[in-house]
Amino acid sequence: MKLPIYASTGQKVWYYSFRVICGLIFFFLIAPILIIIPLSFNATDFFTFTPEMLRLQPEGYSLKHYQDFFTNSDWQNAMRNSLKIAPVATLIAVVLGTIAAIGLSQSHVPFRRAIMATLISPMIVPLIISATGMYFFYARLGNYMVGTIGMNADVVEYIKIVLAHAALGIPFVIITVTATLVSFDRSLTRAAASMGAGPVRTFFKVQMPLIIPGVISGGLFAFITSFDEVVVVMFVGSAKNKTLPWQMFTGLREQISPTILAVATILVVLSVILLVTLELLRRRSERLRGLSPG
Amino acid sequence: MEQIQTPHGVPLKKQIARALFKQKVRALLLIAPLLIFILITFVIPITDMLLRSIDNSIVSDTLPQTTTVLETWDASTGELPDEAAFAALYHDLKQAIEQKNHTKLGTRLNYESSGMSSLFRKVGKDVSKMQEGISYKEQFIAADKLWGNLKTWTLLKVYSPKYTNGYFLAAIDMKKTADGAEMLPASERIYLNLFARTLFMSLVITGLCLVLGYPIAWLLANLPMRTSNLLMILVLLPFWTSLLVRTSAWKVLLQQQGVINDILVWLGVVSNTGRLELINNQFGTLVAMTHILLPFMILPLYSVMRTIPPAYMRAAKSLGATDWTAFWRVYFPQTIAGIGAGAILTFILAIGYYITPELVGGTQGTFISNRIAYHISSSLNWGLAAALGTILLTLVLVLYWVYDKIVGIDKVKLG
Repeated sequence: MKLPIYASTGQKVWYYSFRVICGLIFFFLIAPILIIIPLSFNATDFFTFTPEMLRLQPEGYSLKHYQDFFTNSDWQNAMRNSLKIAPVATLIAVVLGTIAAIGLSQSHVPFRRAIMATLISPMIVPLIISATGMYFFYARLGNYMVGTIGMNADVVEYIKIVLAHAALGIPFVIITVTATLVSFDRSLTRAAASMGAGPVRTFFKVQMPLIIPGVISGGLFAFITSFDEVVVVMFVGSAKNKTLPWQMFTGLREQISPTILAVATILVVLSVILLVTLELLRRRSERLRGLSPG
Repeated sequence: MEQIQTPHGVPLKKQIARALFKQKVRALLLIAPLLIFILITFVIPITDMLLRSIDNSIVSDTLPQTTTVLETWDASTGELPDEAAFAALYHDLKQAIEQKNHTKLGTRLNYESSGMSSLFRKVGKDVSKMQEGISYKEQFIAADKLWGNLKTWTLLKVYSPKYTNGYFLAAIDMKKTADGAEMLPASERIYLNLFARTLFMSLVITGLCLVLGYPIAWLLANLPMRTSNLLMILVLLPFWTSLLVRTSAWKVLLQQQGVINDILVWLGVVSNTGRLELINNQFGTLVAMTHILLPFMILPLYSVMRTIPPAYMRAAKSLGATDWTAFWRVYFPQTIAGIGAGAILTFILAIGYYITPELVGGTQGTFISNRIAYHISSSLNWGLAAALGTILLTLVLVLYWVYDKIVGIDKVKLG
């Protein structure tokens, strides 16, 4: 990739202008995300840099938007709802998804393509269509559970959202776990079996430790899908179950308050943590497969 | 020929078939819980919703006798149906008013012809005042002139069947009449334009993503591993950042009092009074969605480009090709698969987008999804929403099928 010493002037010009173009595209990708971080410390309620901020005076900065986020009951409720829904939805998606992925990776599976297509469909169908479909169906299911079985209405609302989010997260688990299983050495399970381990023991002691990076990264995808999801939850849930993205969506649509920038910054930090975790998992998985990058 | 047998005396062929069958059953048992889960929580709800696009049982359920009588009536004669139809209507409505279903029917018919909703709301009072023994026809027409209008009855007859293609026709700006389907007057057409706009803008977004993503993917694939891994973070961080965070970033940046306008004013490109309108229009949607979907273009391109040996380009050049010829004749054709995968993926995601157009698109930058959401939650014309959804879904599934042919669904890579 280095510029050869015999490069002509034209090649040199192109080489450097290409770098500049790429730099600008990278800037386009990352700048909008980074710019909200300093803006979230704005001492005023404006969405732009005040002269004080540009002069780097401490009066220009404050934590008041963060304070608002942590004291405002709307935002706190939304945060709590998000944290209540996403982990449970993820758990369902991971457990069912991993078992099914193991089934799918067997050598003889009838109707494999059709099954795979069905299981991945929640990722393909546009969210608005999933949302409207679920809206009608879950409304009836909810009425049935409240009316006929006599369950608590709040619990039913919660179950509806969790089930819907689990369905949306499943394709990601399936894809990551089947990808990990492709490189899984089947002779290991046979070796375990030949030494007298039952299928359950083989699974937990031999197979699981090896595919765990794929399972966790699938889980992270499922988690972020649920945590970030707003269309389905708006249709299936009720105002009581407002999640963080939903609260942001209403905030952005109605009166945009600078607290959104503080929330956005917190979420950016969260995604950095996720990104680092995934990278570490990828390295571990490569090491386990003996493909260490060195 | 003698059969090979296992030590237990079973033919080997049979034994293998048995083992294979066992394996298949085990695989299916492992898959079954999830498959059932997805079918119940996802596939059935969606199918159920799609069926609403042809369901029209409300007319014949609310007015069973009337629709039966109307079967023999010919609208083209230009005469109103006879007394029997009016009598049937009276009895049907009496029943419907008791169950409070008549306003629902009015709402349904109002989608096809405005005025129906108020007509049916009013009829609740009218019917209770009607007396038996006097001609119902006269009483109905006296109560509201619309009952004496041929159009009202044609509408009832056209929408008598249990299933209708009326919603689909409405979704492509057509209308059902007594003599078949016809286009709406040009001033009332909205959906064909909206579909065209959705497709056009998705294409532009896909094109922009390709133009911006190609150089980045190339750079990432050709830099030394350490540098490219570092730069990859710049692609993956937006990918992992919440969609709403990115949309709010654009909303903040593109505002009239936002950062971009401030910079332009400071640079003197625009005057303080002439700040540009960058948001709540098509421009806003294009910029924000290109930013959001760009990683989906870069990642497939990158994974294809990484497998192309750099020696090919050097070989082309050593044989006398210029930089451009080497790129265009040798490198580019090998990346077509990546372009196909990235473009279809971006396009599929773009045409179904809802959140971003809703927040930054204003009225001119919205997509078909926004219209579907409007019909579900505001206008409550669910049949039309279902018909629009079915068309959108069909489009997506066709593209998905193409994607499967090019890339294969099980080869989708994440992260």
